[in-house]
Amino acid sequence: MNASDETIVALEDVAKHFGAVKALDGVSLTVTSGECLGLVGHNGAGKSTLMHILAGTLDPDRGTIRVGGSDLSNRYNVGVAGENGVRCVFQELSLCPNLTVAENARVFHPSVTGFGWKRRAGTLIREMLDEIFPGHGIEAEDVVGDLSIGKRQMVEIARAFTTTDLPLRTVILDEPTSSLDAVTSGQLLRFIRRVLEQGVSCILTSHVLGEVLDVSDRIVVMKDGLVIATRKGSDFDRNSLVAAMGNVVEIDEIEQHEAREKLRGVAPVVVEAAADRARDTVSLTAHQGEIVGLAGLAGHGQTDLILKIYGAAMRGKGPVNVTRPVALVAGDRQTDGIFHLWSISANIGIRSLAKTVRRGLIDPLAEAAIGAEWRDRISIRTPDMQNNILSLSGGNQQKALFARALASDAEIILMDDPMRGVDVGTKLEVYDLIRAEAEKGRTFLWYTTEMDELYNCDHTFVFRDGAIVADLARGDLTEERVLHSSFQESA
Amino acid sequence: MTSLTWISQKAWIWSFVGAFVVWLATALYIGGAGGTAVITTALSFATFTVIVGIGQMFVITTGPGNVDLSIPATISFSGAVAMKIMDGSNAMLPIGFAASMACGLVVGLFNYILIRILRIPPIIATLSSSFLVLSTAIAYGRGLKIKPPPLLAEFATARLLGIPVLAIVIILFAVVMSVVLNRTMYGRSVLAIGQNQRAAWLAGINVERIRFYTYVLSALLAALCGFLLSGFSGGASLNMGQEYLLASIAVVVIGGTSVAGGKANVPGIWGAAMFMFLLVTMLNTFGVSAGIRLILTGLIIVAVITIAGGDKPPR
Repeated sequence: MNASDETIVALEDVAKHFGAVKALDGVSLTVTSGECLGLVGHNGAGKSTLMHILAGTLDPDRGTIRVGGSDLSNRYNVGVAGENGVRCVFQELSLCPNLTVAENARVFHPSVTGFGWKRRAGTLIREMLDEIFPGHGIEAEDVVGDLSIGKRQMVEIARAFTTTDLPLRTVILDEPTSSLDAVTSGQLLRFIRRVLEQGVSCILTSHVLGEVLDVSDRIVVMKDGLVIATRKGSDFDRNSLVAAMGNVVEIDEIEQHEAREKLRGVAPVVVEAAADRARDTVSLTAHQGEIVGLAGLAGHGQTDLILKIYGAAMRGKGPVNVTRPVALVAGDRQTDGIFHLWSISANIGIRSLAKTVRRGLIDPLAEAAIGAEWRDRISIRTPDMQNNILSLSGGNQQKALFARALASDAEIILMDDPMRGVDVGTKLEVYDLIRAEAEKGRTFLWYTTEMDELYNCDHTFVFRDGAIVADLARGDLTEERVLHSSFQESA
Repeated sequence: MTSLTWISQKAWIWSFVGAFVVWLATALYIGGAGGTAVITTALSFATFTVIVGIGQMFVITTGPGNVDLSIPATISFSGAVAMKIMDGSNAMLPIGFAASMACGLVVGLFNYILIRILRIPPIIATLSSSFLVLSTAIAYGRGLKIKPPPLLAEFATARLLGIPVLAIVIILFAVVMSVVLNRTMYGRSVLAIGQNQRAAWLAGINVERIRFYTYVLSALLAALCGFLLSGFSGGASLNMGQEYLLASIAVVVIGGTSVAGGKANVPGIWGAAMFMFLLVTMLNTFGVSAGIRLILTGLIIVAVITIAGGDKPPR
């Protein structure tokens, strides 16, 4: 490929500050045609900010932006980015939930007009979905709001790769696999390799380091708003990459995590629930102090069961047997989690307000004390807990939601795939926190799409089509068994 | 924090600034001691707008689509029932008041049943219930011409050092409701629900119970307004609630409460109620004709909402 030397995007000394937070502090970056650039770093390292600047949704405070050789620094915005072939798949999905899949595709392509535009837009997006995610099960007429978060992400990704009259040169993928399961993630990564051969370049961020290592030609490591290392992808392995990111906790700790045999049946049962479409008699039970994993492909009834348990606990009745107070950690933080008008502190305190009440009134000092305690315990990166929650990066917002649940009086914590878009360092910290809380007698029900996280669970239930199809003790848990159960009938 | 950023964060300041400017214009025009008289009159009338405005504020704060349109009907209904039961007798005052509150409770319950059990959108539910309530008031109070008990009339019009007593009471009540909004579990829950109802439910808030309290609170305050207003204006009439439909919503919005929900402001309601009354007074003293006055009032409300109430949407 002789085109591969051509520089498509070049950023020079780009900086962006939000108040006292230096999200980006002078970053230079180039992407050449047909190249996949991996971008890694902890939460708040500045990856998302960099992506937003490149996509045109944020203006940099200083620095130059060149696309295809021309300097666009002072007139760069989403429209200009689109005209120059720069597309973006955002971590916070950017589809209009009230429109259909086809209509969302049309929003991207002004040239699809006139009679029959809906059909043409539908064909455009359907063909791309078929190419990237064979067997996706999405119709062009589906309203986006009705789709699961995983399917919405698939539409968002497919839409970024559709082309009409405008060129496609670079696609920015900000945490594209955070809501996808193992199978669809694999499909996406294979597709990325295919488009690279056609000369399109990609910028990829992911907290799943294996993905970045697999597809990236070059990897850029960011920390505290700066680029601290740039090397060929093949020069890194998992451990050297983690070391470059400056991890506090060693990755090996997961692997060394001793499988603890907890005697099921000795501790009291705190949750007993059957899945919605239980064809057989396998039902979920959780004992006090246990970490129970809910596995399987995304959207096979895990979230439904978690909500069912939550609803039963809130109403004090229902088909589910729950004996202790519960709290929930949302995975889809925009729709299920944060209160966007409130401070970080208020967002954490809302679940625990009852214990701050003195003589019938909320004590603001007690509320701030909860925030301050959890800022330290879960290391939320902010100069001031009274700042608005949206001033935090996505991963730090997620930490605040964890703090909300863990600060409460709940003895059962339900987790709805809460680690989407959270970096490795944070994950390991939170795993340790979960383990410590379980030792103290709290019970965790943990829906996750990542195999690594299941290894932290004492017991795992695998879901398929809204039913529990396997019940695995820690010693029986292997990736093969989970995948095998997930596909039993469709295979 | 500099004083400038402090002011810019307090949306309610603008309603007071507006009220002051309008008052100043009026006072300069009429000159002399007339200015103070205008203020005390404004306080008397604004009091009633504030009572219903606070109820409406809690309803609007529970999020988009939530609004109580049954306030005018409830005012008339409660006033009519209370007047007829008391029949001008001081001794019946407690019973009349209880009856008035019972009217509010029934309307609030009925609104909530329509919204929750029949799943009718609040705007339609409260509008249709207001037809039912007003028809009941008409049927019940046919040919109503009963004077309020002298004690009630005295209380509603009494002045302490030239300041209406009722206004002082309602200022204190506004302080209490401001504490309820910001420092109680109920108030926090309302603010949370207004931002994101689903997130509020998942954060452990009993959303339906809070919505129930909120619609009942709004109806109770409308009933209280009807009771006091009958005492103030020498009896109940069937259209006495009419002007409070738009006024209750306008004072909430001008006062700095977000129509998108989740952000509320009690002091602003007082400022906005004063502003609304003084605005009409100013246009009257300038000798503007009724038609022009309505047009100007409408335009000024739109302008104020655009400038002061304009809230940046979340990104």
